[in-house]
Amino acid sequence: MADPVAAGLAGEVADAVASPAGPRWYRSGFWPYLASKLTGAVISFLVMLVIGFTIFNVMPADPVSALTRSHPTSPAQMAALRKQLGVDLPVWHRFLNFVGHTLTGNLGDSWQYHQSVSSLIADRLWPTVLLIGSSTVISVVLGLWLGIRSGWRHGSVFDRLSSGISLTLWSVPTFWLGLILLVLFTVGAGPIPSGLFPAAGMSTPGYQGSWLGQVGDTAHHLVLPCLTLVLVIFAQYVTIMRSSIIDELGSPYLLTARAKGLRDDEVRRRHAVPNALLPSVTVIFLQLGTLLAGAITVETVYSWPGLGFLTFQALQIPDLPLLEGTFVVLSGSVIVMNLLADLLYRVLDPRVRAQ
Amino acid sequence: MSLLEVRDLNVTYGADVRAVRGVDFALDAGQTLGMAGESGSGKSTVALSLLRLLPATATVTGEVRLGGEDVLTMGWGRLRAVRWAEASIVFQGAMSALNPVRTIGEQIREPILLHEKVGVRAARERTAELLDAVGVPSRRMAAYPHELSGGQRQRVMIAMALACRPDLIIADEPTTALDVIVQAQILKLITDLVHEAKISMIMISHDLSVLADTCDRLAVMYAGRIVEIGDSRQLIEAPRHPYTKALSSAFPKIGDPASRLAPSGLPGDPPDPSAIGAGCPFAPRCPEVFDACSTREVELWPAGPPDSARESACLRVLPEFAEVPA
Amino acid sequence: MTAAVVASPPRLEGARRFAREFFRMPTAIAGLTILVVFTVLALSAPLFISGDDLDVTKATGGQLAPPGHGYPLGTDQPGRSVLLLLIWGTRTSLAIGVIATLLAMVLGSAVGLLAGHYQRFAGRALMHVTDWFIALPSLPLAISLSAVLGQGARSITIAIAVTSWTSTARLVRAQTLAVEARPFIERARALGAGNVQIMVRHVLPNVAPLILVSSTLTVAGAILSETTLTFLGLGNPTEVSWGTMINQAYTGSAVTRGAWWYLLPPGIAIVVVVLGFTMTGRAVEHILNPRMMTR
Repeated sequence: MADPVAAGLAGEVADAVASPAGPRWYRSGFWPYLASKLTGAVISFLVMLVIGFTIFNVMPADPVSALTRSHPTSPAQMAALRKQLGVDLPVWHRFLNFVGHTLTGNLGDSWQYHQSVSSLIADRLWPTVLLIGSSTVISVVLGLWLGIRSGWRHGSVFDRLSSGISLTLWSVPTFWLGLILLVLFTVGAGPIPSGLFPAAGMSTPGYQGSWLGQVGDTAHHLVLPCLTLVLVIFAQYVTIMRSSIIDELGSPYLLTARAKGLRDDEVRRRHAVPNALLPSVTVIFLQLGTLLAGAITVETVYSWPGLGFLTFQALQIPDLPLLEGTFVVLSGSVIVMNLLADLLYRVLDPRVRAQ
Repeated sequence: MSLLEVRDLNVTYGADVRAVRGVDFALDAGQTLGMAGESGSGKSTVALSLLRLLPATATVTGEVRLGGEDVLTMGWGRLRAVRWAEASIVFQGAMSALNPVRTIGEQIREPILLHEKVGVRAARERTAELLDAVGVPSRRMAAYPHELSGGQRQRVMIAMALACRPDLIIADEPTTALDVIVQAQILKLITDLVHEAKISMIMISHDLSVLADTCDRLAVMYAGRIVEIGDSRQLIEAPRHPYTKALSSAFPKIGDPASRLAPSGLPGDPPDPSAIGAGCPFAPRCPEVFDACSTREVELWPAGPPDSARESACLRVLPEFAEVPA
Repeated sequence: MTAAVVASPPRLEGARRFAREFFRMPTAIAGLTILVVFTVLALSAPLFISGDDLDVTKATGGQLAPPGHGYPLGTDQPGRSVLLLLIWGTRTSLAIGVIATLLAMVLGSAVGLLAGHYQRFAGRALMHVTDWFIALPSLPLAISLSAVLGQGARSITIAIAVTSWTSTARLVRAQTLAVEARPFIERARALGAGNVQIMVRHVLPNVAPLILVSSTLTVAGAILSETTLTFLGLGNPTEVSWGTMINQAYTGSAVTRGAWWYLLPPGIAIVVVVLGFTMTGRAVEHILNPRMMTR
C-alpha cells in the first residue's frame, strides 16, 4: 500500500459516491465471472469427450469383432458392418462425428438392447435422480447437524464418537454395506423378520394400486438403497462442517457476539454457522462425483433401475456404445454440478462477489 | 457510589499463568479512565473480565461491581442482560470483530432487538441515527464489513457499542489498526460522543499519547498490576513510577531538542506471567532500581497531595526511600 | 559441497523424533499393527495354504455350509474354506492396491515435479491437464478403462492408477514450488546444477515425506476401488480376492440363502485394512504437518 493516508481518504471518498442500483449479487462483475466459469466448464466437457472417445473408439482393438464375437460372420459382412458403423474413417473424422452426435443427443445404439442409448438413458434418468436427490438431502441434514455439534465442542466425547464412526463408515465398501443391509432386511437375521423391505427394483411388478399407493410402494423400495448411500456419504458432510466450525471458533466476531449478550447457541446459530456453512454448500455439489460412484454400486446391489444399474448392465459383453453413453452423461453431470457449485458460492459469499 | 468498582481482580490462565494480579480501581459516572501498558501487561484481560468474556480456561476472582451488582457472581441470565445494555465494548481490529457475512445494519440492530422491546422498524431507525452520529452515511446500512474502509468499520463498531445506550464503554485499542489521520478522527469521535451522552469510558492502549488527551484519569499497568494511577495530565507531566517515566519519554516532545538526543525505549522484556518472582516485577528493567526493590513487596501507595487520588507502586514514593540513589 | 548438507537435516535424528511422536498416538499404533498383521498374512499365506485349498474342484467341505467342524468361517458355494480364501484374498487386494498406488505415485510425482519446476508454459499446461482429470468422476472412468482393457487384475490396476494420480500431482507441485523458493536451490543453480539434477537431487528428497503420506491414503482408496471394480465383474473370476468373494456372494445364491459367513468376512477385512492405511496415513500427516496438530 503506497500511501496509507491517501488510500484511507480515497476509500472514504469512493464510499461517499452513490452505489449503483441493482441486486447485490448481480452488480459487481457477475457476467465476467460467469463467462470465465462457463468457458472452463465447456473446456472440461470437451476434454471429457476426447478422453471418452479415446477410451471407447480408439483403444478397443476392433469393435466389429467384439460385436460379432458370438455370431459367425463372413468377412464381407464384417466389412459392411464396419462401413455402417463408420469405423473405417480416419480418427479425427470419427471424433468430429462423435462430438456432433453427442451434442445433438445421438449416443449410438446399444449392442444388447437394440435400442438407442439416449432413450435407454432417458428411461433410467429419473430413478437415479430420485435416489441421489433423497440421499443428498438426508445426508446433508444429518451430516451438517452432526458436524456443527461435533465442531462446536470439539474434543468432547460426542465429537470423538462421531468422528470415529464417520471414519469407519468411509472405509466401508458401499456395495458390501448394501448387501449386508439387503440380507438383514429381506432374508432377515436374528430378531429382524424377513421380507421387511423388497429385495430389488423400484416398484413391485404388477402393482395396481392408486397413485398414492404407487408413491408409497416406490418409497418402500427406496428405503434400503437410500439408507445405504446415506450411511456412506454423510460422513463427508460431517467432516467438512466440523472443520469449518472449528476454523470459525477462534474468530473475534464471535467474541463480539457474546459481548452483546447472546446465548451460546444463538452465537453458534446466528454467527458461526452461516460463516462455516459457506464451504459446506459447495462441497455438497462437489460431492456429486462420490455420490455417483456410490449410486452405481448401490443401484447394482438393489437392481434399482437407474443410470448406475444401466452402467453395470453395459459391462456385460461389454456393450461399448451404452457404456460410452453412460460415461458421457455421468461425467457431464459432474461437470455441470461443479459449475453450479462455483456460481452458488459466489451468490452466497459477499466477499467473493467483491472480486 | 461509583459506577464501576473493581476490587482485587485476579485472572489466572490454566494453573500458573497469572495475567492479572490484584487490580483495584473505581470509575464514577461520566469519568474516563485510560489503561496503558505493553502487550502482555494484562490490560485487555482486565477489560474482558469486566463482562466475564474470558475463555473457560481463565479463573477469575475478586469483585467487579457494576452499578452495585457484582458481575463475577451474577447469574447467566442477568449477565446476558447486563452485557451491552449497561456496558459495551469497542474491539480493536474491526475487520475481524465484525461478522463478514452479515450487513453492518443487521449487526447494529442485533443488540437493540435483543435488549430493548422494540420492533424491527424502530431498530432500523435507531441504527440510522447511530450511523449518522458516527459519520457513516446511513444508506450504507446494507453494506458488508469488507465493503467499508478501516476507519468506517471502526465507526461502525462505535455505533454498535452505543446502540443500547450503555453506562460504560470499554474501548480496547480502538485505533491500533488505523493510520494516523483516521486515528485522530476516531479518537475525537469517541470522546465527543462519550461526553455528550455522559457515558463512562475505559480506554485501553499501549500508546500513552493517545490516552493522555482523551482520558481524565490514567492507570499504567505492568505485569498484571496497576503500577501508577492518577489524573492523566499530572501523570504524564510528573510521573512517579520509573515505568511511567519510560513510557512517557518514549514519545519525543516536539520542540525539545534534548528528547531527540536522549535514548528512549526500555531494554528487556516484560516478565513471564507464569514465573513472576518476589519484589517489584519491574526491578530487572528499572533504571532507578536499588537493593530493596527485589525483596520488598510493592503495592499502590499514595504518591501526591492527599486528595489527588494519585498512587504509585514504587518504593521511592515511600518517605523512607525517597532519597535513595539509583 | 554444502548444497546437499544444507538441503537435508540430520536424517537419523529426524527419524528418531518421528518415531517417538508416532508411537505416542494410539491411532498410529493401531493402524501400523493392522498393516503389519495383514502384510505378514499376505506374505506367509503360501506357507499354509496349498493350491488344493483354493481349487474349486478339490473342495471338501459342504456347499455353503455355516461355520463349524474345522471350517471356522464356513464354506463357499463349491465347498472351500472361507477363512483360507479370506487370507489368500489379502494377497490379491494388497498387491493390486500397492502396485496401482505405486504407478499413481510415479505418474503424479513426475507431473507435479515438472509442473512445479517448469513454471511457465509447460507447468501450467500440466496443471490444466491435472484439473481436467480431477473434473472427471473416477468410478465411471475406471469402469470404462477396465472394460475396454479387458477383464483382469492388470486392467483394474491401470484403471485405478489413472484415476488416483491427481491428488499426488497437486501436492507435489505445491511442495515443489515451496522448495524451489528456498535459497539453497538458487545456490545449486549458481553452481551449475541442471534441471534434472535440481529436481531429482534437491527437490525430490524434500518432497518424499509428503509423497509417503499421500501414498498411504491413496492405497486405502485403491483397495476400495479394486474391490468395487471386482464386484462389478471387471476382475478375473477365477482369482481369489475379497472383491470376487463378494461378487460371487452377490451373483450366487449366498445372499438369498442368508449365508452371512461368506458375505461378512471379506467386507470386514476390507474395512479393517482400509482403516489401517487411513489411520497410519493421517497419523503421519499429523506429525509432519504441525499446523494440523491443533485439531
